[in-house]
Amino acid sequence: MDLNWNLLLQLLLNGVIVGMLYGVVAMCFVLIYKSTQVVNFAQGEFVVLGAWVCWSMIAWMELHFIPAFLFALVFMTLYGVIVQVVVLRPLVGEPIISVIMATIGLSIFMQALMNWVFGNNAESFPDIFGGWKIEIGGLQVEAGYLLSFVLSIVVMLAFFWFFKYSRWGLAMRATAFNQQVAASLGISTRQVFAMAWAISALVSAIAGIVLGLVNGVSTGLAFIGIKVFPAVIVGGLDSIVGAILGGVIIGVLENGAEFVDGQILKVGNMYKVAPFYVLILILMIKPYGLFGTKDIERV
Amino acid sequence: MSHVPYPRPCGDFRTTYAEDASLYKTRPAFRAAVAITLLAALMPIISWTMPAVVSTAMISNLIQIGILAIAALGLNVLVGFTGQISLGHAAFFGFGAFSSAYLVNNFSVPVLLAIPAAGIVTALVGFLFGLPAARLKGLYLAIATLAAQFILEDFFARATWFTEGYGVTADRPVLAGLSLADDRWFYYVVLFWVIISFIGVSNLRRSRDGRAFVAVRDHYLSAEIMGINLTKYRVLSFGVSSFFAGLAGALYGHFLGFVSVEAFTILLSIQFLAMIIIGGLGSVTGSLLGAAFIFMLPPTMQSFASSLAEIFPAMQQGVAYVKEMAIGLAIILFLILEPEGLIHLWRRIRASWKLFPFSH
Repeated sequence: MDLNWNLLLQLLLNGVIVGMLYGVVAMCFVLIYKSTQVVNFAQGEFVVLGAWVCWSMIAWMELHFIPAFLFALVFMTLYGVIVQVVVLRPLVGEPIISVIMATIGLSIFMQALMNWVFGNNAESFPDIFGGWKIEIGGLQVEAGYLLSFVLSIVVMLAFFWFFKYSRWGLAMRATAFNQQVAASLGISTRQVFAMAWAISALVSAIAGIVLGLVNGVSTGLAFIGIKVFPAVIVGGLDSIVGAILGGVIIGVLENGAEFVDGQILKVGNMYKVAPFYVLILILMIKPYGLFGTKDIERV
Repeated sequence: MSHVPYPRPCGDFRTTYAEDASLYKTRPAFRAAVAITLLAALMPIISWTMPAVVSTAMISNLIQIGILAIAALGLNVLVGFTGQISLGHAAFFGFGAFSSAYLVNNFSVPVLLAIPAAGIVTALVGFLFGLPAARLKGLYLAIATLAAQFILEDFFARATWFTEGYGVTADRPVLAGLSLADDRWFYYVVLFWVIISFIGVSNLRRSRDGRAFVAVRDHYLSAEIMGINLTKYRVLSFGVSSFFAGLAGALYGHFLGFVSVEAFTILLSIQFLAMIIIGGLGSVTGSLLGAAFIFMLPPTMQSFASSLAEIFPAMQQGVAYVKEMAIGLAIILFLILEPEGLIHLWRRIRASWKLFPFSH
């Protein structure tokens, strides 16, 4: 069988780059889950909203890319806080199904609202790179992809610094570890909860804008919110390192599945469902993922 | 699952076990249930004799509410009784629709028999997906069923022997040479299954198995210590839930006449969940109320938004979106303001009326 190995390399490279973005969004998801015990089914909508806000600033207000980008970040930070205070705060202590349904309701609401305000069509960002491309080992890499790679690394380093050294980051880790103890040591868990949502929304917006630069903005970008689930299950639900690694694994796996599908099996659509088969498999053999903490129950 | 196992308003007491286990607490409640059922059975007759009072559109709406209520009831057994979350109910609903059409088209099984048979086939598929799911709970289960939803959707699009790849036709039933193609006849088929399902689940709830489901929900460790086989009951509740999903799906397929592979998306799964949350988790009557609420919400919002658009022309293009937003908003508002659902609202109204000057 004559396989196109160059295509495989190209796909795997794409997989790593897209996977890094999955990892970044998965990290936001894990951040919220870890510090507030909320499963955010609206993560994908956060990504899209960030991209739309940045796009509308450029297209409607005729701002340059950098101020529009900064505006989108500020907007999304505030938005994250508002969502936490209005929707999630009243549900603290409610059973898990209520919390899941609340974020699902939020995602439906946001999706319809965004379709209304920004329209159903995909819009592209003005080309800020001028079609500039780079060659790495004979493979073409678009500038947008390169930017996404660099930004992903920057975000991950920033996360690392924030949680390791900053006062707020330590407070968040303490809250994630044990809410009651953290509260009795004088940490305001309310503020920590709001901040977790703010950071998550902010970082999602970065991922959304980068994705928008490469593929254009549309509601379809919210698919990344669904891809997050295989990524976090592979990595472990409460591990930030696991989320990044899980994202990369899912990105590579998707593109690998596309290659096997396109070159050998020819069944079509493997790209979309392969991550979910892996998800079920992981849940069967290692339900806490690669880095997740095992839940031990004692009576 | 729920922190209040039996939400009951202040002042509504039960003093004997027999009273607690009875389906209808008071004679008037029983009479009301019979009266509502009889009224429901009279609807097509009214429609034949006085079309101005009950239009055919109303009959068609009632059929759809009934079908959705059966599916919501199935989901309520899984989520409300056993506390297992499923985001893949629409896929099982779809599986039932395709199975029934498959049995009718390929093996010429009579439609009226194919409908329950589709329920049984779907229950078997439910057992299959329930087996691995029995090891998981809470969030992990929600994500696993999400995966099941996508895998089954992909299966529908791929399995051309089963679904033709785009969809199949499903005929209306025939009884003793008499075609039940008219909605008003089909209404009775649906009503029959609605009554069977609701009586069945109400009684399941107070049987040993039903109490075991609730025990698994409320504290699965205690339940296991008391000798309840967790795996058995988790799988069983998946099976029961899939049976009703399949039954409702089969009815829906034969109602529409055509089963499309694209009709059973995650959005429908979410709507089923919304029905039981808004109706009342773990409540049999609540499933019906929730199904009616979610079914009526989009058309109501549509007419509301259209009349708003007449006053504010800028609203015109937003009408379609207001409809979608309303579902999301309804879910959030109910969770925040009335987490026990419509049925609890009704119980509270009834209690405050019964205990009038001293109601809490």
